[in-house]
Amino acid sequence: MTGARLKVGAQALAVGLVVALLALLVWKLVHDEGSGIPSALARGEQPPAPAFTLPRLDREGTLSLADLRGQAVVINFWASWCAPCKEEAPVLEAAWREHRDEGLVVLGVDFNDLRSDALAFMREVGMTYPVVYDRDGELVAKYGATGVPETFFVDRRGRLVGKRIAGAVNARDEFRRDFEEGLRLALGS
Amino acid sequence: MTLLVALVAVLLAAPAPPTLSDIEDEVVCPTCQVTLDQSNAPIAERMRAYIRERIAAGDSKEEIKAKLVEQFGPRVLAVPERRGFDLIAWLLPIGGAVLAAAVLGALAWRWSRAPRGEAGPLAPDVERRLDEELARFDG
Repeated sequence: MTGARLKVGAQALAVGLVVALLALLVWKLVHDEGSGIPSALARGEQPPAPAFTLPRLDREGTLSLADLRGQAVVINFWASWCAPCKEEAPVLEAAWREHRDEGLVVLGVDFNDLRSDALAFMREVGMTYPVVYDRDGELVAKYGATGVPETFFVDRRGRLVGKRIAGAVNARDEFRRDFEEGLRLALGS
Repeated sequence: MTLLVALVAVLLAAPAPPTLSDIEDEVVCPTCQVTLDQSNAPIAERMRAYIRERIAAGDSKEEIKAKLVEQFGPRVLAVPERRGFDLIAWLLPIGGAVLAAAVLGALAWRWSRAPRGEAGPLAPDVERRLDEELARFDG
């Protein structure tokens, strides 16, 4: 009788463990907002841009996507040790200067970087647009970014538009076209 | 007296400064997920330079690790911290080992207590064959 009870208890424990692991898997899939974004953009869809609030690197305080509501946003993931990030920085800065009066914000997202290196990089390339620091990779995960540099476009209604550019925006003609198209779609012009 | 002074001096002496190798096997390169001592990624090179700078500035090993956590988050540590959610990484294996020991103990207890099968009378033909075998063995 004791043996039978022990067996039933062990089976219940094993089933409970499997159920707990399945629940953990489901929770992870449900909360992993960003995993589908690159594929949705590749299918030509316009998913809502995941919200975020991150500390700023260019000044004190934090910045939220909600703070930029009504504006077109270019979200650019970068790091100071990334050579292509340095190549594309002037293009992003020029876009910010040219279109900021039309309501465009270029938002740099520094990731996997030493703060002092990032600040030195910003000074070196003359970056004047806002920059946040994604210490824990929260935004990288939400947007499904795979590395640096990587660029996304958000329109004035908060939807991701255009193509995700995985590489320097001026690395080749295709990316240059995608960048111009992304700007146009984001600005709604 | 000299010996006593020397002993006190040793006891009061500041701990030896950490070396790069003390730290780089306890910190993970955030782009490649291996410890710094196994990585040549650009960020790993920068982190090594940063650690050298902090050592030269007189920081302790724990201070340097704390500064890296501040900049890269807890994922930069090769071994999870023993607090908060990361405590699970320590408790789960211990809990698993305790559970396994409890299950094994319960099974061993059950087996040791299991009633032995009682020997019943042998079937006549088996008894006859047994007698024959024993007789042949004795003979």
